[in-house]
Amino acid sequence: MPALAESAATARDPDTHIQVKDLTMAYGSFIVQQNLNFSIQRGDIFIIMGDSGCGKSTLLRHMVGLKRPAKGQVLYEDRDFWAADPLQRKGFMRNFGMSYQGSALWSSMTLAENIALPLQEYTDLSTADIRELAQLKLALVGLAGFEDYYPAEISGGMKKRVGLARAIALDPDILYFDEPSAGLDPISSRLLDDLILELRESLGATVVIVTHELASIFSIGNNSVFLDAEKKTMTASGNPGQLRDTSTDPKIHRFLTRGEA
Amino acid sequence: MDDGYQLKFAMAGADGLQIVLTGNWELRHALPESARLERWLDSHPGIKKISFDSTAMTAWDSALLTFLVRVITIAASNNIRVDQSGLPDGVQRLLHLASAVPERRDARRADGKAAVLARIGNQGMAVADAATEALAFLGEATRSLARLLGGKAQFRWSDLWLTVQQTGAQALGIVALISFLVGIILAYIGAAQLVNFGATMYVADLVGIGMARAMGAMMTGIIMAGRTGAAFAAQLGTMQVNEEIDALETLGISAMDFLVLPRMLALILMMPLLTLYADLFGILGGLFVSVTTFDIGVMEYLHRTREAVKVRHIMVGLTEASVYGVLIAVAGCYQGIRCGRSSSAVGAAATSAVVSGILLIVIATAFLTVIFNVLGI
Repeated sequence: MPALAESAATARDPDTHIQVKDLTMAYGSFIVQQNLNFSIQRGDIFIIMGDSGCGKSTLLRHMVGLKRPAKGQVLYEDRDFWAADPLQRKGFMRNFGMSYQGSALWSSMTLAENIALPLQEYTDLSTADIRELAQLKLALVGLAGFEDYYPAEISGGMKKRVGLARAIALDPDILYFDEPSAGLDPISSRLLDDLILELRESLGATVVIVTHELASIFSIGNNSVFLDAEKKTMTASGNPGQLRDTSTDPKIHRFLTRGEA
Repeated sequence: MDDGYQLKFAMAGADGLQIVLTGNWELRHALPESARLERWLDSHPGIKKISFDSTAMTAWDSALLTFLVRVITIAASNNIRVDQSGLPDGVQRLLHLASAVPERRDARRADGKAAVLARIGNQGMAVADAATEALAFLGEATRSLARLLGGKAQFRWSDLWLTVQQTGAQALGIVALISFLVGIILAYIGAAQLVNFGATMYVADLVGIGMARAMGAMMTGIIMAGRTGAAFAAQLGTMQVNEEIDALETLGISAMDFLVLPRMLALILMMPLLTLYADLFGILGGLFVSVTTFDIGVMEYLHRTREAVKVRHIMVGLTEASVYGVLIAVAGCYQGIRCGRSSSAVGAAATSAVVSGILLIVIATAFLTVIFNVLGI
């Protein structure tokens, strides 16, 4: 929600929020993916999909600033993330919320403290205010009353939701999810999808999700990119439903229909 | 553009309050106070309904939500109806979401302040539980050892050799350094007293017997407790966190045999050897001081040492070392196996392993000293 100071300078589509340009990702000399080009519109729910080991999570790590690209750019509102100095990058990251595959809750802190840490780091609010905000975030994910629990004391599904609550602690512009429904039963996974959708609607955030959960892909995704592990590049992008119906690439077709058609 | 938020109260009809929200309601500013609302309600009794006007609000985030949650709480306690229709759609939906799952009252922790007697009782029961648990572990470990002797224990010999290398060979440097220094300390302290009796020569006896009977084994034990005991606890604790131990158990492989046994064996084998090595370096430390400071010849010192240090002294030290080896391995493995499932639990396990290891060493030394004394060894 913070206003954008310098956008539309190059008169691109003003709704373009994130742009990945000519990105090559590599571990040492081992290339994971190359020639990635796609853009994400403001308010999109963007799915990163592909076969196991194709580099989906690695792509996410490049976008949130955990790993520097071997080549290419990640642009936020036309500003190059990796060309910025560390302080500016921190400014970008202030607007990211990320939920990790294994929840990544800090085990030595209570749930409320987990959510409070980003608030302490980035705002000047009083301890009491932060506590109240943490309570609100936990209530939003349906965990009111669990403030003083430690991560080890709650179930896997609850940890996922706390991870989401921590991701939205600072009301970010962009929410990143790495396999949000991994390890959840279909009903919980559906509820989590609804929650993501609801938070996106109300907070107006752009959502980027790494998943291969087909149900989620079709029910919440409106744009996507497909990474191919063998060709080491993206082989398609666009609305997942349309890709399923129109893609001529047999691999994408098989992926999106679970090999049944 | 960033001029903060404003809040105005206005009457709406005879019994209604309209809260007018304007400006920027984002987290950058301190959260709005709800005390003003309470004061306003106190001075305007008879309010039955609260509504909102947010048309002039430029931006909002959780700051607004938190304020609204406070308003709703205050309204509920005053029996006032809250009409949310004047709020942006997103805000209404989030408020709905926040109240969708009612707070689990039973989830809240009971007050930490139990009565003193209850606390003492709880502590006592916890100690009793821990003692039972430790005894059970000891029993399991013994049975595992029996299975090994019967040739039925399942573990990988390569694990044993690896642990032997880690606990033995890789500890040589630190053991040598510390025992050498302990030898120097013993020689200095001893010589300072012996010189009064003109018996400086006996510094070799003091260092030799001191290292062989007690200090060699004890220093090695303390080093091993800090180095290897902690490592065992951290390794097994991390395996517990990663469910690796569960994976072994479901395969029908006893974690006791597979993980604890090789570690115990390795430490029991290595402790006496390291102790012999420590004895040697301690004597060298004493030699160094005697030669450089007290004018005793190298051959003289070594001769005196050979005269003084008997095989039984060395055997006493080695017996102690074997006992310490068992204690350190058991303390480390026990703490690792019973470790909780979080990273802080692993830290706690490693700490407990070192503390209980050293404590057990000191207690065992006291007992063994008395026993050896009674037996006249």
